[in-house]
Amino acid sequence: MIPARARRLTVRQIFAWPAVIAVLSTIGLLSALLGDGIWDGVSWIVLAIPVVLYCGFVRRGS
Amino acid sequence: MTTSALRKWSWAHKWSSIICTLFMLMLCITGLPLIFHDEIDELLHDQVAAAVVPEGTPPANLDRVVASAVAAMPGQVPHFLIWDRDDPNAMLVSVGKTIDANPADNRIVRVDAHTGSYLDAPDVTGRFTYIMLKLHSDMFADLPGKLFLGLMGILFCVAIISGVVVYAPSMRKQKFGVYRAERPRVVRWLDLHNLAGILLVMWTLVVGFTGVINTWADLVLKMWRSGQLAEMTAQYRDRTLPAHPTPVQEAAEVAAKAVPGMLPSFIAFPGTIFSSKSHYTVFMRGDTPVTSRLLKPALIDAETGKLTDSRNMPWYVTTLFVSQPLHFGDYGGMPLKIIWALLDMMTIIVLGTGVYLWLRRRKPGESAAREAVGAAAAVNHPLLS
Repeated sequence: MIPARARRLTVRQIFAWPAVIAVLSTIGLLSALLGDGIWDGVSWIVLAIPVVLYCGFVRRGS
Repeated sequence: MTTSALRKWSWAHKWSSIICTLFMLMLCITGLPLIFHDEIDELLHDQVAAAVVPEGTPPANLDRVVASAVAAMPGQVPHFLIWDRDDPNAMLVSVGKTIDANPADNRIVRVDAHTGSYLDAPDVTGRFTYIMLKLHSDMFADLPGKLFLGLMGILFCVAIISGVVVYAPSMRKQKFGVYRAERPRVVRWLDLHNLAGILLVMWTLVVGFTGVINTWADLVLKMWRSGQLAEMTAQYRDRTLPAHPTPVQEAAEVAAKAVPGMLPSFIAFPGTIFSSKSHYTVFMRGDTPVTSRLLKPALIDAETGKLTDSRNMPWYVTTLFVSQPLHFGDYGGMPLKIIWALLDMMTIIVLGTGVYLWLRRRKPGESAAREAVGAAAAVNHPLLS
């Protein structure tokens, strides 16, 4: 077992989550533009994810 | 990636950021209150409310609406008659000193949409939101100011993309979302910078680039006037302003019949920048979130009252109109505005921590501290990471 600190991540591993978030953000940016009602809700939830993750990660680290 | 390629990306990230950051900070700070400009105006300034009427109340005759506005503003002439998107009970009349005066100096007169009576015509130029808007859009420097901020916006996009590239070497040994609270400030702030930056990539790219497109708005509209509008009105070029123009109400009705299924957005009067000397241009819009932003002009001959042409606007105008809501964040109600504000504040964090990391860049004799910040070195000294 290699210790976690020494293990090097591949580019694919580094960008897996950022890619998911970028796709979700795109959906969020477009959904409220292309639809009303429920699509506004989709937009709010999906675009709030970066804010929630940021606060969550910083809190967890502290 | 080779170290020399990485060095180039680091260079791009460093210099694009250094040049644009101060302006981006200004844009993020002035943009924050602009997200809520309607609410702030309502809070800070009194406004005469239009009468609330039962559904189905017929609208006032448009000529009466215009007459009320002109009566309240003696010596001024109407340029544009605008349906207020936010308040269906009010209409706006944009008036200028002469018909060929610069509409940027126009005064907006509010008129009740059902009774046709004058409401108010506040001077907005001293308002907090106006000052923020001017700083945000052109720093009180008109077109050169806009184009300059557009250039800063392009550099911002370069900084984001190169930032994504240099994020990889920084994170080779770290899990996604790492925040090393127990480490020195320079490491903590690097984590705050990397995390916020990577979470915001898509939003900052979209808001940044649509902002750049908005700085070209004047040029885009100028291009439309000398292109499609000139084409549509070519055969009427030699006409003069009609002495007894068709009533504007009649022009609106002819346009509504010619472009069924669409709603009126605004009417440009004969002789203004968005029409010919002898036409009303009635700009129609759709009624979904996207199509309500897109306009379709219908040209009504102000001498005969007949429709002479109506076309969809070209792609470059459509691009401008679609980019506006994506920049303003005003298309998904109050919750979206609040999210826009939070994302804007996170962008301020990215910019602020970025400045700090640059100021704390490697100095001679600081190798111990530098070792702890191996990741930050990727930006300034890729070989050290």
